[in-house]
Amino acid sequence: MTTQTTPLPESNREESLRIRLIPFIDRYGVLLLVLAMGAVSYLLEPKVFLTWGNISNIFRQIAFNAMLALGEFLVILTAGIDLSVGSVLALAMMSTAVLGRDGYPTPVLLVTPFVVGLACGIVNGLGLTKLKLPHPFIMTLGMLNIARGVTNLISGGVPISGLSEPVRWMGAENITIKNVEIPVSLLVIVASYALVGFFLYYTRIGRHIYAIGGNPQAARVSGINVDRTLVLVYGLCGMLAGFSGLLLAGRTGSGFPNAGLGQELDAISAVIIGGASFFGGRGSVLGVFAGALIIGLLRNILNLQNVQVFWQQVLIGVVIISVVYFDVLRRRAGSTNA
Amino acid sequence: MSESTPVIEARGISKYFGAVTALEEVNLRLMKGEVLGVVGDNGAGKSTLMKVLAGLYPPNKGELLIQGQPTQLHSPRDARDRGIEMVYQDLALADNMRIHENIFLGRELTRKTLGFIPLVDHKANAVRAQGHLDKLRIQVKSVHQRVEELSGGQRQAVAVARATAFDAQVVIMDEPTAALAIKEVRKVLDLIKDLRNHGIGVILISHRLDDVFYVSDRIMVLFHGRNFAEAPLSKTDRNEVIGWIMGNKSQETVPASMDVN
Repeated sequence: MTTQTTPLPESNREESLRIRLIPFIDRYGVLLLVLAMGAVSYLLEPKVFLTWGNISNIFRQIAFNAMLALGEFLVILTAGIDLSVGSVLALAMMSTAVLGRDGYPTPVLLVTPFVVGLACGIVNGLGLTKLKLPHPFIMTLGMLNIARGVTNLISGGVPISGLSEPVRWMGAENITIKNVEIPVSLLVIVASYALVGFFLYYTRIGRHIYAIGGNPQAARVSGINVDRTLVLVYGLCGMLAGFSGLLLAGRTGSGFPNAGLGQELDAISAVIIGGASFFGGRGSVLGVFAGALIIGLLRNILNLQNVQVFWQQVLIGVVIISVVYFDVLRRRAGSTNA
Repeated sequence: MSESTPVIEARGISKYFGAVTALEEVNLRLMKGEVLGVVGDNGAGKSTLMKVLAGLYPPNKGELLIQGQPTQLHSPRDARDRGIEMVYQDLALADNMRIHENIFLGRELTRKTLGFIPLVDHKANAVRAQGHLDKLRIQVKSVHQRVEELSGGQRQAVAVARATAFDAQVVIMDEPTAALAIKEVRKVLDLIKDLRNHGIGVILISHRLDDVFYVSDRIMVLFHGRNFAEAPLSKTDRNEVIGWIMGNKSQETVPASMDVN
């Protein structure tokens, strides 16, 4: 925290208070926002909001976006973007449904979404690095269309249902611990976030991902193979999008061609609201989780209050802009939080 | 390896970027415990030559010899493995990362967990970084500070620290004093002399001829991507070197490095 060694005139003292507040808000702001929204929701619907039924429902609903956002976070950390995650989700889901309909065994069905997602992600990464396209926006925009097209091709454009219980387990079922029913998807999300968070902080590659986002040239001259790391990152993003497809398939019991349409924007919103910098190199998995949760809380309270769905979109947009504006303020204040 | 084998030598290095010739048949020789000042106007090819030596650019023609052995450098990592370190003109630091993370970027210290999984040992990195900064008498609030919080001089110091923390045999410095205050400039120059006294070869690129004359044993001039002149410091003076930079050669100067024996 800053310390004043000379007494300041009135107006300056106020300003310095604001400057001291901003780094604090920046670091913990997202969590404060979650708590604030929780508090407001409780006040508006005291009988319903804090019931485990409602809370677990929120988690169940945000699970697949949270998984999408986790992969998107990795990509945004490198100062990139992946616009194809919604389509990759659909392709992964649909591939699984098609194989399920054709009678493939459960282990194959469980592995398919990961493999499909990973493949799409690696294509994104290789395309971006080998073709030296000017920005990942372009490669992933292409993949958005390609994956969606393939989804429709393999399904004939119609939903395919009838996924078996074991395949649906992760997305749909609960585990009972001490009389509390916890959605499996919540546990899956928490475990995935913890794993990725650990990976980013404790492995060399994880640190290299942050470095590439901060200054790719610095990474290069330090002997880091930037291209290879980017292929890995986009591959992981695709794989997590595939995982997300598995979770969504669990909830709906089917693969449907319009799955994830436009979902990439919600994933990106969660990452940005969670405090990651769009320019790469900054952010934490905890922030991303909070971002996904905020979107979920927003939807939940507006649903409980019977507000028109369209207001949800308006408010999410407002939240995104506000959160980034705070980031702008922080930079301008030149905070020196360590 | 005898005492007269250059610690690093470049023979006939040419580097083209499309239609642009950055370097043409350039030779360079650096001995152990010697400071070589490389000067030349903008666009003369100094930075490009250094990037070839540091493994960032593969040369189109020519060869590199390290300790007398012909070597091909495929990446900056190859160069580092052979003891060639570089301080870049733009520092090449990751602002969003901490001082100790920058110093150990690409060679993070790890500790084996569960017997075989290598995990980054942040504490060890921080301790080693602090020790190294103390040795160089660089003062920062903490090695956990992010580089973006540092002043220009401190950032330069971190870049220099990164290049000197790993048993380098050759340290290349590209404009290391450009953005520094006078006291800090002196520190860097004294560090260069220190490195030389420890038997490390130093290549210094600088526009500031006073700095070059203060530390160098030999001066080499590039002009339009080619060797132009070279002389031991004792055999030349500021005015002559300025003339060389501008492309004016007087009769006696036959660049010694042209003669590759």
